[in-house]
Amino acid sequence: MSKKNTPRNLLMESKDLCVYYGEFKAVKNASIPIYENTVTAVIGPSGCGKSTFVRSLNRMNELIPGVSVTGAILFHDQNIYDSKVDPVQLRRRIGMVFQKPNPFPKSIYQNVAWGPKINGMTESLDDRVEEALKKAALWEEVKDKLDQSGLSLSGGQQQRLCIARAIAMEPEVILMDEPCSALDPISTGRVEDLLYELKKKYTIAMVTHNMQQAARVSDYTTFMYQGDVIEFGETEKIFTRPAKKQTEDYVTGKFG
Amino acid sequence: MNEQHYQKVLFRRKLVGKVLAFMCVMAAFSAFVLLVVLISKIFYDGWAYLNWDFITNFPSRFPSKAGVLSALTGSLWVIGLTCLIALPVGVGASIYLEEFAPKNRFTKLIDLNISNLAGVPSIVYGILGLVIFVRGFGFGRSILSASMTMALLILPIIIISSKEAIKAIPNATRYAALALGATRWQTVRDHVIPSALPAMMTGIILAVSRAIGESAPLLVVGALGYVAFNPKTPMDSFTVLPIQIFNWAARPKAEFHQLAASGIIVLLVVLLAMNSLAILIRYRYQRKLK
Repeated sequence: MSKKNTPRNLLMESKDLCVYYGEFKAVKNASIPIYENTVTAVIGPSGCGKSTFVRSLNRMNELIPGVSVTGAILFHDQNIYDSKVDPVQLRRRIGMVFQKPNPFPKSIYQNVAWGPKINGMTESLDDRVEEALKKAALWEEVKDKLDQSGLSLSGGQQQRLCIARAIAMEPEVILMDEPCSALDPISTGRVEDLLYELKKKYTIAMVTHNMQQAARVSDYTTFMYQGDVIEFGETEKIFTRPAKKQTEDYVTGKFG
Repeated sequence: MNEQHYQKVLFRRKLVGKVLAFMCVMAAFSAFVLLVVLISKIFYDGWAYLNWDFITNFPSRFPSKAGVLSALTGSLWVIGLTCLIALPVGVGASIYLEEFAPKNRFTKLIDLNISNLAGVPSIVYGILGLVIFVRGFGFGRSILSASMTMALLILPIIIISSKEAIKAIPNATRYAALALGATRWQTVRDHVIPSALPAMMTGIILAVSRAIGESAPLLVVGALGYVAFNPKTPMDSFTVLPIQIFNWAARPKAEFHQLAASGIIVLLVVLLAMNSLAILIRYRYQRKLK
């Protein structure tokens, strides 16, 4: 891969991040860099802490009662867990797409427009909505039915609507928590194609259950196991020449 | 397991299913029959006195001149004011408890007590209203006292059902909104409340229907049996339909029993009108959400 040699700007970095659910330590001392305009995949078996890790990148994990965090996540050299940082402001810059498509029970237009609206970005809102839907590769399918409910779309379309909704905020980072796990193979393919386009403008961190998907779409891969980051590296390397035995066993399908 | 035995058991399993289904149909049917019998009896008795004069006349000791005007306006006053007090407080409390309050021992205790309050007999609320609103605050035997008492009575029902409605909204919706950089309140205002509203309305309909039919607490608070004027302010004395009906039904003359039946018809119409209004609102919101 040629992109290996281009220098990457470090956009986010977790440093000794530990996340606890009460007493249980779900993420143990994770230190992972996230580079600008790349897709970073987080893989690992169920319960390895990969979703927890990604959710801690925009402080969504705080919404679960009993969660506590130690260590730091630097975003533009600022620790997002600093008491000065407002999670509401942070999430405007670090968007999120969830495992199950969760459009609002409102029209397609309203789904995309709501985020900008509540954040006061009401100028040329129609253009912004159109732009976001185009970037999410959904515009052609919905441009004649923007006033229909977002729930009337198919699962794959709903997920792209959720991506459009995140894009409309023009975030710097988009977090995705297994965005394709509820989708059929064709919809999955479309979302994967989309990721390739999206990383030109955004930085993406994605949890996936599906190793082939990680291999196909990501530039960097993190392998987690039982809360530990076993290995982080360029995707090509992780899948062909992993440094650790555990990583090799997992990516070759010996366990997990 | 041999085939013959399987067939025998299968036959029995299916039979049990059929018998139970039949029993459920009968249960539903008996409720329906009971309602039909009740309503037809009331219409049979009350039809004679049911005309426009019955609605526009004040009560009288002559059955032919008697009407429900003061009771009807009294009921509408009490219900209107009760809604004004109970709906904002009830819905507000449920939103706070579900969306904003920390989940700790104290809020659990509040939850538990609200559930208990829903089971307190209505006459107890009447006594409470008498002590606090009529005497304590000095509102007297007025519509205001009655409405506040009634609001206390239906608040637990409204809070519990609204809480359930809010609880039923999936967290995915909240997360979606918060991940866009929304505040808690923006999330609740634009997504949680609109989605929960249809279910909330169901609880509110039940609560308000109960308040319309309730008479015991109002007797204690001081609704009058005979009112020959329309209340003009919340501080006026009053009567309500159930009390007017009770008053007529308690008299020895048979004509008054017929008047009571006519009064019940008016009460039913008011009840149905209010319910249909609420259902209409619910329907409009549900359609918007689809």
